[in-house]
Amino acid sequence: MKILVCINNVPDTTTKVKFIDKKVFDTAGVQWIINPWDELALTRAIEIKEAQAASVEKITVINVGLADSESTIRKALAIGADDGVRINYDAKDSYAVAFQLAEYIKKENYEIIMCGTESSDYNGAVVGGMLSEILGIPSVSSVSFLDIVEGKVIVKREIDGGQETIEAHTPFVAIVQKGIANEPKIPSMRGIMTSRSKQLQVLEAFPTEVFTEFVEYELPKPKAGCKKIDAENVKELIHLLHTEAKVI
Amino acid sequence: MSVIVYTENWDGKFKKLSFELVSYAKDVAKKLNTSLIALSIGNVAEDELKKLSNYGAVKVISVNENKLKDLDNQAYTSVIAEVAAKENANAIIFAHNNTGKAIAPRLSVRLKAGLVTAVVSSPITTEPFMVTKKVFTSKAFANITIKTPIKILSLMQNAFGLIEAAEAFVLEQYSPALGDEMKTEVIDVKKVSGKILLTDADIVVSGGRGMKGPENWGSIEELAQLLGAGTACSRPVSDEHWRTHEEHVGQTGKVIAPTLYIACGISGAIQHLGGISSSKCIVAINKDPEAPIFEAADYGIVGDVMKVLPEMISAVKELKGI
Ligand SMILES: Cc1cc2nc3c(=O)[nH]c(=O)nc-3n(C[C@H](O)[C@H](O)[C@H](O)COP(=O)(O)OP(=O)(O)OC[C@H]3O[C@@H](n4cnc5c(N)ncnc54)[C@H](O)[C@@H]3O)c2cc1C
Ligand SMILES: Nc1ncnc2c1ncn2[C@@H]1O[C@H](COP(=O)(O)O)[C@@H](O)[C@H]1O
Repeated sequence: MKILVCINNVPDTTTKVKFIDKKVFDTAGVQWIINPWDELALTRAIEIKEAQAASVEKITVINVGLADSESTIRKALAIGADDGVRINYDAKDSYAVAFQLAEYIKKENYEIIMCGTESSDYNGAVVGGMLSEILGIPSVSSVSFLDIVEGKVIVKREIDGGQETIEAHTPFVAIVQKGIANEPKIPSMRGIMTSRSKQLQVLEAFPTEVFTEFVEYELPKPKAGCKKIDAENVKELIHLLHTEAKVI
Repeated sequence: MSVIVYTENWDGKFKKLSFELVSYAKDVAKKLNTSLIALSIGNVAEDELKKLSNYGAVKVISVNENKLKDLDNQAYTSVIAEVAAKENANAIIFAHNNTGKAIAPRLSVRLKAGLVTAVVSSPITTEPFMVTKKVFTSKAFANITIKTPIKILSLMQNAFGLIEAAEAFVLEQYSPALGDEMKTEVIDVKKVSGKILLTDADIVVSGGRGMKGPENWGSIEELAQLLGAGTACSRPVSDEHWRTHEEHVGQTGKVIAPTLYIACGISGAIQHLGGISSSKCIVAINKDPEAPIFEAADYGIVGDVMKVLPEMISAVKELKGI
């Protein structure tokens, strides 16, 4: 089977978020990383390939973005993806991103397409679902486990208060979350060396429409501050929660 | 024209967030000058369905098909698309939870309808149609406009609240034309029922590494039980198997937005806050006055959680007259 992992290029999650004129995210001093969920998806794909070389033919990573995301794609190659693709498009609308990915996938035949549950910057949680609908193939969301067992793809989906085990018919999109892999795989020295010779194909964007338009950013209003209650006076806390905050 | 709100039940009872969604959708319907229709998929009794009209639905459409007992993303999308077409919907509202995330993006493509997820405001303007969404894991917000004729929104829990607006109860049982949409095959289900769902809980009592070990969770559970609350924990707590991973909240765990979040022995790392900062009211108990959790908290006690928790329990008992 061939596995495609969709990776987004996002600011490190500890970044202090600032904007220029409410319109532009201030990238000064920002470290860029593989979106954490996508990194775990890639880790899982590599784990499967390492455990059963015969069932995984190739792992490709793909990003829709501008040239500045290439260091992130290189990192994915250093972790262990076999090759990379970048579609040269300034990703601003989720539908447009999903459309770019779908146009590429239509021409290739990947059995398993992995997306993260959400991008840590835009918090959309939409690209995986849209992609599968454009392609007209099944999607399983909230996936916390994925494996290939005797040629069949077995996934586990988290549901309210429990878990389902599902046999997925390929091709399909797995939208992965917590549990899919434990810790992200770190690139080895050898991985970094070999990544330089791996193929990173750059494709022109496909013409597309957009459904939504960004207007401006806002920062949250500062909190009123924390009201401290003396540790000797716990009763007062419960009293305030009841009468002032009215939450109990 | 109409606004459709997709409501969700758990074991035949609507989740609290469903009522919040109906309240929110009513507001959207008013702004769009149209009526609100609530859609329920699943086996829900009539007196439970009736509750949806208390928050402003002028019609409740109930789809009760055995084929739809498991959430199949494609099949659910087809059913909702069919109802949207039949009711000439110009807006469809979901919750920004697992189900909303599974269906709304597919429906967006199917209906060529712009989607904004993790919405925290009612429409700011309707021409153009603009709402505010959470971005950067609640560290900021963004205003987005939808350019397509049909709009789809998914609402963050606790972003709007409950507003009663009783309408007469009109029920329609509906059988969708289901084809061979079921594309995934569930071969095994493990599920607990009856427990409070963490993602739907109004109050959450949560413990971190400051609780020292799983043997000390008795007081967290007792306080939770008294308050009718769910229980949660920080990531190291579930990593060390003191609690199950179901309870882990934060950037890599569940994202919750209860009315009240009580953090016991939790330092308040940025990744933890990412999962809880939308809570209405945050209470922190930590022995370190410099702990970052106090910056996110509304009320705080600097002290030993082992001493403070039992006193909270007796104070709540006293308040409730137990
Ligand atoms: C990529 C990434 C993702 C992550 N995702 C998450 C996530 O989703 N959720 C999450 O929670 N973390 C996450 N983390 C981990 C996070 O950075 C913190 O390490 C973690 O939240 C700390 O957990 P804690 O507050 O329980 O423990 P600690 O940081 O060890 O804090 C314990 C606190 O308890 C206090 N304390 C100790 N004894 C007492 C006492 N007797 N009485 C009162 N207070 C006491 C201490 O003062 C301290 O503040 C992530 C980290 C990374 C790198
Ligand atoms: N620009 C992008 N390039 C490649 N994959 C992406 C891109 N944006 C989002 N994705 C994928 O879609 C998932 C969900 O992203 P989002 O819908 O933006 O929250 C991510 O975890 C990625 O797997």
